[in-house]
Amino acid sequence: MSPGADTPLAPARVLRAGPVSIMVRPRAVAVGVSLAVLCLLAAAVHLANGGTALPVDAVARALLGDDSNRLVYLAVTELRAPRTLAAIIAGACLAAAGALTQTVARNPLASPDILGVTAGSSLGAVSVVVLAGGGAAGLSGMAGNVSLPVAAFAGGVLAGALVYLLALSRSIDSYRLVLVGLGINGLAVSLTTWMLTLGDVTNAAQALTWMSGSLNGKDWPLVEPMAVLGAVLLAAALVLGRRSALLTLDDDVTTGLGVRVGLLRLAAFGLAALLASTGVVVAGPLVFVALASPQIARLITGSVTPPILPSALVGIVFVLIADTVAANALPVSLPAGVATAVLGGPYLIFLVLRYQRRLA
Amino acid sequence: MTLDTGTGHDLSGIGSTRSAVVGRSPWVTAGIPAAAVLAAVVASICLGSSPSTLAEVWHAIVTPTGTDMDVTIRELRWPRTLTGIAAGACLGVAGLLTQGHTRNAVADPGLLGINQGAALAIVAATFTFGGLSVYTQATLAFFGALLASVVVFLIGTAARHGATPITLVLSGAAVTALCGGVVTGLTLLDEASLDTLRFWQVGSLAARSNVIDSLWPFVLAGLLLAVLNIGALNTLALGEDVARSLGTSVLAARSTGIAAITLLAGCAVTMAGPIAFAGLVVPHLARAVAGGDYRRSLPAAAAIGVGLVLVADTAGRLIARPGELSVGVVLAVIGAPFFVLLARRRRMVTV
Repeated sequence: MSPGADTPLAPARVLRAGPVSIMVRPRAVAVGVSLAVLCLLAAAVHLANGGTALPVDAVARALLGDDSNRLVYLAVTELRAPRTLAAIIAGACLAAAGALTQTVARNPLASPDILGVTAGSSLGAVSVVVLAGGGAAGLSGMAGNVSLPVAAFAGGVLAGALVYLLALSRSIDSYRLVLVGLGINGLAVSLTTWMLTLGDVTNAAQALTWMSGSLNGKDWPLVEPMAVLGAVLLAAALVLGRRSALLTLDDDVTTGLGVRVGLLRLAAFGLAALLASTGVVVAGPLVFVALASPQIARLITGSVTPPILPSALVGIVFVLIADTVAANALPVSLPAGVATAVLGGPYLIFLVLRYQRRLA
Repeated sequence: MTLDTGTGHDLSGIGSTRSAVVGRSPWVTAGIPAAAVLAAVVASICLGSSPSTLAEVWHAIVTPTGTDMDVTIRELRWPRTLTGIAAGACLGVAGLLTQGHTRNAVADPGLLGINQGAALAIVAATFTFGGLSVYTQATLAFFGALLASVVVFLIGTAARHGATPITLVLSGAAVTALCGGVVTGLTLLDEASLDTLRFWQVGSLAARSNVIDSLWPFVLAGLLLAVLNIGALNTLALGEDVARSLGTSVLAARSTGIAAITLLAGCAVTMAGPIAFAGLVVPHLARAVAGGDYRRSLPAAAAIGVGLVLVADTAGRLIARPGELSVGVVLAVIGAPFFVLLARRRRMVTV
């Protein structure tokens, strides 16, 4: 288990100009630029595809404010643009959250699930759907008045806070935090599964749609505030990103470097929880995005820890493509989460096989 | 220590914050789990919506005369207890092996695609043919679990260096997600599939308690393979290179381990549905009680698994009388606080 056994660092070049020097990893830069271009392409395709396919130039004109064709203009600005933005927020936030949790927990399986956030959100949302549907007498009236995004956000934040408080003692130890998170996550998942057996099957189907992660019907009132929040959180994650990689070293080493490990860990975990909550509120707990995007980014950039910005870019491309496929591939429109799993699984397998030598 | 290896901590023991428990009294190591199991079995047979005395149990076992209580104990509680014993032992051992082979504290047997493979088989069949009998469901679950696990293993071992923890973990996550996505898609398209799935997914010892009769050979084979895997697991815990230099064949060890996990977790899911929490938590409890040596932690995992599953099932019968809460829910409700407490209280032994 020594660092020597791991992937070597990607080669770097140092550019010097007098007293200023900057380290550039050509491969990382190339990958980052390609990913950014891919994001733009995926967003364009996502915007152009919907109930009726619109030509890309018509979409572009509508986005620039040309309302000569009123119908196209409204369709693009009121229906498609918020949905595309929702996909971008969800992909970036979930993937960045995953990159942070995997770095802090030193574990490629440590998706934000270990924060309890996603399961807490699902429990909140499913409770509202099932109880409002009259699954349990007495509670239905009360639950019917709570809107689903509110319940989801509250459930996520509560579960995340619970995990943190339960794991807190003199210090915050990442192993203990992961175990406590797993416990709370398991509890919430079981309760959610049980909730699904309470109501009738129509309610269960509605709850399942939300749980599988859907971008249907996302409109500006929800997307606008979340876009601002997501942007702020992502900026914070990027600032923290380079430092958080230090957490993969032994705590004693990191402390020796003059870093306050406990504080850094709390910041990374708190940020991950907020990012995950934001993503879940916008698109539901889109399965696999937070787990796979950081690993995919790590494999294609050749870095040792999941890099924040490439992870977020991979997440954006991932969700945009998944939603485009899920909404248009079959005669029935399916939630994006079905496609994130079905498309992401094989791609991750391909990467694992292809990069075998560097993994081993 | 970096993320690549997928482990939590430096295991060299030098400067490590935790090291394996050594020198624990054998009375503790063997006594706690044994007592727990015995108490749980007795409780599971005696307690239910109408509790019975030990005399009645004796009567039912030794000189049954066909009273209501005799029938309840012989026809309902005994098969159910047997299912609980088998499922608990399977999940505990399979969980320990999964965490050992993937070197990952977050792993449970479900990671190898076993639960989602079973779910996919059941849902796909319901989607195509409509409603299924209990036996058909069980058969489908078994072969679905088997198939998914084999696929994960094949992908994981397509490496030049054989199945390393990281390739197993990532291919497992990918196959699990793939199956899960298809399951979600099918259940959203077809309400009958969703109805079948949501009741199968909760996990229960009562719904398929006769399935165990045909599964014993597979359970025993899985346990045997697990026992054969103990030595290799102990050397693999030192790292693959050290294990090789000690004469362990890594590929053979991994194959044996995955075969054992597949049989055990496949049987558990076939008998009782996906009781996810047990496979995840029991290994941690076992290592906390018995330490990091698999010669001790493996029997402990089997025993603790049996105890937990039976206690949860019995509690579910008592809490919601005359109805019942399913074992999976109760296990999580009882298990989660207990697990959190343990994680806070003592030094967990890392995988």
